[in-house]
Amino acid sequence: MELFTPDFGLVFWMFIAFIILFLALAKWGWPMIIKNMEKRADIIDKGVEYARSAKDQLDNARAEAQKYVAEAQKQQAEMLRDAAKMKTQIIEEARKEASSEAQKVMDAAKLSIEQSRKEAELQFRNEVSKFSIEIAEKMVRQEMKTDKAQAELVNKLLDEIEKN
Amino acid sequence: MTNKFYHILAIVLVAVFGLPSAAMASDSHEDGGLDVKEIIFEHLGDGYGWEVPFCHAYRIPLPVIVKAEDGKWFSFSSGSLTDVVVVEDEETGKKEMHLVPVIKKVERDGKTYEFIIAKVSSHKDKVVEIFPLSSEEEAAVKAQADSISAASGVALSKTVVPGYVLHDGVYYKEYRTFDISITKNVLALFICVIIVMLMVMSVVRFYEKKGLKAPRKGMGFMEMLIDFVYTGVIKSTLGAEKGRKFAPYLLTCFFFILVMNLVGLIVIFPGGANLTGNIAVTLVLALLTFIVTNVMGKKHYWKEIFWPDVPIWLKCPLPIMQTIEIFGIFTKPAALCVRLFANMMGGHMIVITLILLIFIFAAFGAAATGASVVVSVAFTLFMLALDVLVSFIQAYVFTMLSTMFIGMSQEDGHGHEGADGETVPDAVEA
Repeated sequence: MELFTPDFGLVFWMFIAFIILFLALAKWGWPMIIKNMEKRADIIDKGVEYARSAKDQLDNARAEAQKYVAEAQKQQAEMLRDAAKMKTQIIEEARKEASSEAQKVMDAAKLSIEQSRKEAELQFRNEVSKFSIEIAEKMVRQEMKTDKAQAELVNKLLDEIEKN
Repeated sequence: MTNKFYHILAIVLVAVFGLPSAAMASDSHEDGGLDVKEIIFEHLGDGYGWEVPFCHAYRIPLPVIVKAEDGKWFSFSSGSLTDVVVVEDEETGKKEMHLVPVIKKVERDGKTYEFIIAKVSSHKDKVVEIFPLSSEEEAAVKAQADSISAASGVALSKTVVPGYVLHDGVYYKEYRTFDISITKNVLALFICVIIVMLMVMSVVRFYEKKGLKAPRKGMGFMEMLIDFVYTGVIKSTLGAEKGRKFAPYLLTCFFFILVMNLVGLIVIFPGGANLTGNIAVTLVLALLTFIVTNVMGKKHYWKEIFWPDVPIWLKCPLPIMQTIEIFGIFTKPAALCVRLFANMMGGHMIVITLILLIFIFAAFGAAATGASVVVSVAFTLFMLALDVLVSFIQAYVFTMLSTMFIGMSQEDGHGHEGADGETVPDAVEA
């Protein structure tokens, strides 16, 4: 069976061909390919790791940003509240001051009114007393036209004095 | 829609081209019948020339390099060893071309050297140096041939007399030359070497140019294969450090075998040589694995062979285990060699046989031929597709088993990795 008996020529050339191929590829082929593939695998691994950490960092940053935003919002709300408070306070104070001022003005006005009223009263009294005296004079003059009436009056006055 | 069209077209083409060749076959059947075994072995075997596509008689001449009996080297074209003769059929007038061997005479230093491709000889289809016989010798050889022919029942024109070659009815004394010719298989080997080299170096060149970018398409496939073998087989068995050390050998093995397998499946010129289905090729591959395994073997490996970890009575007075282990050293590469050889040769043989069925059925008329054309071609296509798979699997298995054997010889003796490593090849062999 020629199929099962190796032919020397073919063995010889196969050996040479394989050795040449092996040496060439062992020198210039495989190590370079393996090195490159491993390097790339490393880089991809590192890239994945980097991406993961970047994502983590991003998540952290986002959380932090949210925290800052929340804080800022809180501060803002506080400030708004403070401002509102201050506003009402100021208004209150202004109102108070205004009312006290008004009071003062009113008091002064009252006082001056009182004074002027008293003066007026005094004047009026004087007027009235003057008028009443005049009236009395006139009345007395009319009443005392007769001597009898004069005597009666004197009597009457004397009675009165006596009674006292 | 177009697919269906192509299917129909393929069947019609096959039937149309099948019929005339079937008719031709039936012609040749008349003059002596179809020698199926001869045809199969011719296609599986090596040759001094490479058949030109679609013409059986013409061969691409290749250099023949032989050493004559007196130690002189000769080199000439294989074309000068053969001649094409046109034989005209007397009945039908059809012309057929036959390739016949002729004697190549070389004059050197006043001496004539004669070479021929032996046909009726114990060195069939090999280049032999021939020496003309004297008439008494010739008569003696003829008498011997007569007796052999009578005893075995073989026709006289095909009777092989050991040590002699029959050419054109004349016996010559033969000398099997020391032959390192660039035969069809050798040239195919070189072509495969170039293909593998180009495949690998294209990836290397890509890396040199594009740095760490990942290659696409063909080179991406190449890289995927390299990664598949390197990470999947070599690194996982040998570990990263030893893996890197043995990777060049194992990867070269894988790609060389894969390319040889696949090139063998291509029918015409650059392919068609049954390389991995040739025991010489697989023998060298197995021998190299054997050398790598044993030369690189660590202390523990040799200890396991000469003083294995078994009860003392198995190894001390009678070296039973040692004998088994030493046999094991040789049977492992032998199994590698035969597995690859048998698988690939089997695939080729089935394909050739399926095609030959057409010519065998040609004797039963056109209808049988047409039907067998369709069936044979369908089965052949299926077998070839299967062979593509087998090509890959066999390259993979060879590489994996080589890796296992090397891995076993590289153990440092601690841990039980060996136990795991040994179970896997058994499973694969089964």
